[in-house]
Amino acid sequence: MSVHTSTLGGERHRFTSLAQLLAAASPERSGDRLAGLAAESARQRVAARWALAEVPLTTFLTEPLIPYESDDVTRLILDTHDAAAFAPVAGMTVGEFREWLLAADGPALTAVAPGLTPEMVAAVSKLMGNADLVAVARKVRVVTAFRSTIGLPGRLATRLQPNHPTDDPAGVAAALLDGLLLGSGDAVIGINPATDSPKAVRDLLDLLDGVIQRYAIPTQSCVLCHVTTSVDLMERGAPVDLVFQSIAGTQAANASFGVTLGLLDEAYEAALKLERGTVGRNVMYFETGQGSALSADAHHGVDQQTVEARAYAVARRYDPLLVNTVVGFIGPEYLYDGRQILRAALEDHFCGKLLGLPMGLDICYTNHADADDDDVATMLTMLGVAGASFVICTPGGDDIMLNYQSASYHDALYLREVLGLRPAPEFEAWLATMGLLDEAGGIREVDAHALTEIAGRELAA
Amino acid sequence: MSELALGQGELWRSLRGRTQARIGLGRAGSALPTRHRLELQAAHAAARDAVHSPFEPDRVAAGLPGLPTVRVRSAAGDRLTYLQRPDLGRRLDATDRAHLPAGEWDVVFVVADGLSSRAVHEHAATVVTETVTRLPGWRIAPVVLAEQARVALGDAVAAAMGAAMVVVLIGERPGMSAADSLGAYLTYRPVPGATTDADRNCLSNIRPPLGLSYEGAAGKLAALMGRARELGATGVGLKDESDALPA
Repeated sequence: MSVHTSTLGGERHRFTSLAQLLAAASPERSGDRLAGLAAESARQRVAARWALAEVPLTTFLTEPLIPYESDDVTRLILDTHDAAAFAPVAGMTVGEFREWLLAADGPALTAVAPGLTPEMVAAVSKLMGNADLVAVARKVRVVTAFRSTIGLPGRLATRLQPNHPTDDPAGVAAALLDGLLLGSGDAVIGINPATDSPKAVRDLLDLLDGVIQRYAIPTQSCVLCHVTTSVDLMERGAPVDLVFQSIAGTQAANASFGVTLGLLDEAYEAALKLERGTVGRNVMYFETGQGSALSADAHHGVDQQTVEARAYAVARRYDPLLVNTVVGFIGPEYLYDGRQILRAALEDHFCGKLLGLPMGLDICYTNHADADDDDVATMLTMLGVAGASFVICTPGGDDIMLNYQSASYHDALYLREVLGLRPAPEFEAWLATMGLLDEAGGIREVDAHALTEIAGRELAA
Repeated sequence: MSELALGQGELWRSLRGRTQARIGLGRAGSALPTRHRLELQAAHAAARDAVHSPFEPDRVAAGLPGLPTVRVRSAAGDRLTYLQRPDLGRRLDATDRAHLPAGEWDVVFVVADGLSSRAVHEHAATVVTETVTRLPGWRIAPVVLAEQARVALGDAVAAAMGAAMVVVLIGERPGMSAADSLGAYLTYRPVPGATTDADRNCLSNIRPPLGLSYEGAAGKLAALMGRARELGATGVGLKDESDALPA
């Protein structure tokens, strides 16, 4: 255990481990306080940052926060570290690394990604302001593809989320129609099913696949079930485009989700074999979010942002099409208010991008958090500027299945309009053939439309 | 008739009948029309007010004629602390614990504010009264009215009073379409710190007329309590079979 010290205003501060130093250096958030890891004072927080700035990046390779022997995520991080890619920054401290990131160009950031570990990027994020997190993330482009291409410059994709509390096909179809007519769905058409039963998941997969095939929509579907359910369904010939899983940053937290790296390996191989993509072979979809390791009592004394970044090491092993942090979903015991949720969103996006992931966000909050639709607008705007690959959209911003608020299809239209962003190119071309694009490249507000047959078919069924 | 033959307005009216999702809202430029923007804000405001409205134990006590009550607070001193520190919301304030009367109680009812005082004010007293009438011969402890409380605070209450089981009636996390939903959690011989959610039986969405009715909730609860006493357990081993019982 290394000891780190710094003196601030004549007061001497001492941190007895790297994990304690990282936690104390983290911006204020309720989850770290709940875990007993937060800085004891504002002065101690800044003192921790001074000490953290002096830590060499190589320390993170020699001093694992969670023991190598007992955690497969630690083993994954250290065993796959690319020393050659790391070389340009190998001699730097965390403080010097911050300045290098701010000055570097996009290609340099892409090249160094395999040499970075989650702990390094989490550490440097703690020295960065919100604007720094935007400025650096904006330079990184991670492009992935399945039937549409995600992450190109000047593009913003959306997940269309037509959830229904009983998975009623007509209700889902109605919400699907609503989203498509508002130009949404190029990242994925993704449903959180009300149950994880294979039959229910299969029915929804068939419904989505039917619509995608019938209208030749260049997108992919996903019914967000447990990875073992997907494996089972793939073996039975179900039309699985993307394999979904929630993941976290420690072996024990992943165990609480019922997953192991071995299970993910198996699902990844199975999905690749289906060859359902047309323009690319990225077949995985992961969701993450700060607080999950703490709520599973599996954080090992590591602060919630650092342990979240470790989940991205799990994700990047599988070249996913999409990764999103569900940033305000769990509640105020982890992220108290709009200010904490915004900070976490920017940190997660920055860390994921630096590690080479196609990062998107579910910009969301629950009603017991101190946040509202203005916080969503603020987050959307900053994440749009930061170059997020995609955002999750729900009808009117209100998810009636999961009982939380997220961005709306209208919010995505706003973001594309004010920042001049366009949908994924394949999807944009499809919107044009369907008569849904106006002269300026925006989404036309249509009256009667051929797509309304989607809802008609399900209502008649 | 094909949906395509319907006019656009009729189509969306028909589709909105199939889902509570906020679909077909129309647009003002890229944004929501004013009416829908304000409707969303009204739903959010109702949910927020439900979370932050102070608990009024007198209102609940007034709805419980003939039943003695005791008031306690959790170790979370205020709402801000409560929301950020679920661990404190599960612990009894030390002074208040001393005021809880110990006895040979078969059951203690705990009415806890949780995340919606509104749900508790509107529904809890009736659920307790209706349930008690279905428990002839039970030794029922004074009803505990608990402020800034999580479900597991009931474990500490039952342990302090020596009650064989605890029923916690608590305001659920408000959604945009339901800000007044009450939950009921039944636990047999809870052990503070060791009892988990898997050891409880839960009825949620008690919220007439849209959710579970008072009679329905009380009937299910009383049936579950009877079965719990026979089995000496609650949780995953105790199934809700009350629908199969004679009314």
